[in-house]
Amino acid sequence: MVEIDDKLVTRIATLAHLSLSKEETHALAGDLRNILKYAESLEGIDLEDVPPMSHATEGERFRPDVAVHDLTRENALQNAPDQEGGLFRVPQVIGG
Amino acid sequence: MSGLTSMGMAELATAIKSRTVSASEVVDAHIARIIEKDDRIGAFLSRDDEAARAEARIIDERIAKGGDPGPLAGVPIGIKDVIHAKGLPTTCGSKILKQFQPPYDATVTARLRNAGAIVLGKLNMDEFAMGSSNENSAFKPVHNPWDTTRVPGGSSGGSAAAVSAGFAAMTLGSDTGGSIRQPASFCGVVGLKPTYGRVSRYGLVAFASSLDQIGPLTRSCEDAALALSVMAGQDAHDATSSGRPIDDYGAALRKPTKGLRVGLPREFLQIGGDAGVMAEFEKTIAALKADGAEIVDVELPNAPHAIATYYLVATAEASSNLARFDGVRYGLRSDSQASRGGLKEMYGETRDEGFGPEVKRRIILGTFVLSSGYYDAYYVRAQKVRTLIRRDFEKAFASCDVIATPTSPSTAFKLGEKTANPLEMYLADVFTVPANLVGIPGLSVPCGFSNRLPVGLQFVAPMFAEGTLLRAGHAVERLIGVAAKEPAL
Repeated sequence: MVEIDDKLVTRIATLAHLSLSKEETHALAGDLRNILKYAESLEGIDLEDVPPMSHATEGERFRPDVAVHDLTRENALQNAPDQEGGLFRVPQVIGG
Repeated sequence: MSGLTSMGMAELATAIKSRTVSASEVVDAHIARIIEKDDRIGAFLSRDDEAARAEARIIDERIAKGGDPGPLAGVPIGIKDVIHAKGLPTTCGSKILKQFQPPYDATVTARLRNAGAIVLGKLNMDEFAMGSSNENSAFKPVHNPWDTTRVPGGSSGGSAAAVSAGFAAMTLGSDTGGSIRQPASFCGVVGLKPTYGRVSRYGLVAFASSLDQIGPLTRSCEDAALALSVMAGQDAHDATSSGRPIDDYGAALRKPTKGLRVGLPREFLQIGGDAGVMAEFEKTIAALKADGAEIVDVELPNAPHAIATYYLVATAEASSNLARFDGVRYGLRSDSQASRGGLKEMYGETRDEGFGPEVKRRIILGTFVLSSGYYDAYYVRAQKVRTLIRRDFEKAFASCDVIATPTSPSTAFKLGEKTANPLEMYLADVFTVPANLVGIPGLSVPCGFSNRLPVGLQFVAPMFAEGTLLRAGHAVERLIGVAAKEPAL
């Protein structure tokens, strides 16, 4: 069983792009410990030769690789928090 | 005309088409009831009354000219706020999407509108469909129409409460681990989760893509059959939608109970529900037996592992699906000082401000189980147990047509009763999550009352056997007949 502490939750939060407060981090570490403790019940099950199941569909379905333009540029940008010249605008990415 | 807000969809459409009542009168009656009562319930997040009235007038004009607007002519419906309906916002019950305007109709919305249904508004829900009580809505809780100090269930709490309270003849919900069936049970209405792939999910904001399905909440199994007939079928926009022919659900529904084999997983049932819930459940099973059903013992040895499996698989998928909410293309963007430091800071601050506690909890858990070093021990292990659970059900269905359990171990609990302990809230999904993991359809139908609160019975059936489910559900309605009761609001 892995040790869940605030440091691990901080690392996971960075991966998930979540800027958590210290209080949130600490509370989530406790929740995560409880939930993973409960999930330990899966550890005793014999899973030798059992394939993983990722979905419930009846096999692959393919369609022709044809581009369809359902969404206009205007529609695509209608909910943008910031835009300029028909593009999404974001804060600076590369240091300057 | 009185009683319009108590009528079923089929009944309303027939009355409107025969001009016994106009679509405008029906829509006005529902809007009036919402205005009068929804302050106490909190079912709706947004409405467009004028648009609904205008649609009703168009339906009435078409009928006056001898046209047929479709099988749902003039029927007022509501849509869970995780499914797009053009003209109304889609918030997912979250601050992060507070002002999102969908540029298109979900396929289900378009199909229902083409069949003549009129969309009254969008319904409250747990944020991103994560929750079993509707208390995770970022905007307001929903109150159960049978007792407003209690929760309506979740995550489709607004959808269940709206049908129960007479605000809409039918509503749409989404069900990832029980989110249609459990609130249907708590609010005394019928809730159907179709087979994975039976209904297109185009226009549904994704929570856990291998588990999510859209389905109807209604006052009767007959209405659920009618709604599914309109909603089901392949869609070029959803690669997981199935091309299988759609059954005649109305005909299946009317088949007699005699010969129906009902499986009882006695060992799984020992996990237990409240005494009052179990008493109504057993009474209903006895009534089915007396009416000609064959009761068969079945075993689901891995079903008790479904909750742990579900919370690993569903959160993993959710953490991936919710990565798209980052303040760039739509939704909230933080304008805090810290968010101005650069792109990564903007992502982190936006997501911290925009998501509520339960969503963050699940993103953290899901990111953890997918992260390097833990992936095999948690995520892949859960996927393997999922295979074992599916095998259990396949084996059980060799000797029965449907499997019966209570929908939920309890009736509606008090607001605030379970919010302090997330794990306890998860455990309430014990009877509903297996169907999502396996992909099979599930139906909750009212089967009685315990302490004046509705009790729901759940049937599950093999893949694409919705007709058998509705037949079993309709038998319960005939024998127990509680679906006709309404809360005194």
